[in-house]
Amino acid sequence: MTLNAMNLARPVIIALGLLAFWQGIVVVSEAPPYILPPPLAVLETLIERIGELLPHAGITALEILLGLGLGTLLGGASALLIASFRPARRWLMPVLVVSQALPVFALAPILTLWLGYGLASKVAMATLIIYFPVTSAFYDGLRRVPQGWLELAQNMGGSRTAILRQIRIPAAMPAFGSGLRVATAVAPIGAVVGEWVGSSHGLGYLMLHANARLQIDMMFAALLVLAVISLTVFYLVDWTLKRAIRWRPEG
Amino acid sequence: MSTAPGIIIRDAAMAYRGDAVFDGVNLDVPGGSWSCLLGASGVGKSSLLRYMAGLDGRADISGTAVMDDGDGLEGKVAFMAQRDLLLPWLSVLDNVLLGPRLRGAPAQADRDRAAVLLDQVGLAGREADLPDTLSGGMRQRAALARTLMEDRPIVLMDEPFSALDALTRHRIQALAAELLEGRTVLLVTHDPLEALRLGHRTFVMAGSPARLDDPPLIPPGQPVRAVDDPALAGLHADLLSKLGLGRVAA
Repeated sequence: MTLNAMNLARPVIIALGLLAFWQGIVVVSEAPPYILPPPLAVLETLIERIGELLPHAGITALEILLGLGLGTLLGGASALLIASFRPARRWLMPVLVVSQALPVFALAPILTLWLGYGLASKVAMATLIIYFPVTSAFYDGLRRVPQGWLELAQNMGGSRTAILRQIRIPAAMPAFGSGLRVATAVAPIGAVVGEWVGSSHGLGYLMLHANARLQIDMMFAALLVLAVISLTVFYLVDWTLKRAIRWRPEG
Repeated sequence: MSTAPGIIIRDAAMAYRGDAVFDGVNLDVPGGSWSCLLGASGVGKSSLLRYMAGLDGRADISGTAVMDDGDGLEGKVAFMAQRDLLLPWLSVLDNVLLGPRLRGAPAQADRDRAAVLLDQVGLAGREADLPDTLSGGMRQRAALARTLMEDRPIVLMDEPFSALDALTRHRIQALAAELLEGRTVLLVTHDPLEALRLGHRTFVMAGSPARLDDPPLIPPGQPVRAVDDPALAGLHADLLSKLGLGRVAA
């Protein structure tokens, strides 16, 4: 098998392995279906009720994507601000830390109270959870630009703005990329927690609803769909970053 | 370029957190030729170069460094560091165009000139490649083209060739000597042979805080000199003893 074919086959093999593991636990533990439904039963439910699942999946995906976009924009802008102006650093850093010190879970009811049961509160949650990894990673990247590059640019008569645009931002891109990868991996948390706290749409809502009615196979079906969404978004972001940032930072 | 200005340094001093790097340095670098600044590693010769280039913000400095026509050095000095400092995300051509890029958008004339310079340093055909794909020697050639692109009358070099293998170093030294002809070049080096080969004159920097040995050593003939010239062998020993080898041996 060539390396490329292996790259394509690997996710399939991992998925099959996890399914086999799941089935194995069902068999060994003899858990009743209302505690741990076997994979086949979940798959059956998934296909049977896909019409019901998909609209909710669309809402959750939209929340994740909007949160990701907004969080990345806000995080990027904050990092630029903090890196460019000393006063901004003094004033914004504490805010940044506070935004992380308060758990998103604790903020969820308040955000729902303020922003309502619709899309806005979930997007806000996802944004909040994405904001910090993007800001801190990008800021770190902007700060750690090799001194030699900056001196060279100064010697060439580059203005502060030109140096920021031509040297510091591109140099910080790999760090920004790692921050964005982390953010993408945690973004679904914000959306789903938001849906748990109060909503009438989305996979989180669907799972709570199914749980209350002891439709455990439906819960698992929703979980599967969420996993597919999360993985797809992650690999899309990863793929885009790899193509956009083709160079490696020097050791 | 035959009228490239010289540099006059008076009473230059630099200290980091109270520790003097050098002190009371006076140096006259004649215009339009190569001068070498020779010293052991860590003696402060790089600091003196950075002092002239106006690069060190964190050190306490005093004294003056001006051109021999009385004007300041600002905007007249190009700097080549030990590392090539190529930006890994820009193509070789765009790296050479870094100065115009930083000062606005490069004009077509800039692009044409950059292409000519890349041809002169032997990198024709590599314009679109990323620095990652170049060897160490090629990278310093690209850095040399970038320095030439700035077209400053004074070029300060901080051992830019020290990390290269001997053969590559010889070739790129000769190339630099050819392409920088007529400019005022000050090359910092710890290698006496390199100084003898390339410099019209060599200043020796030694001691702590560092001082300059005056007057400079002026080897016979014109650079680039052949390293197997017997006259250089004696001067080589001379320079080594000035660098402190004599004291170590004794």
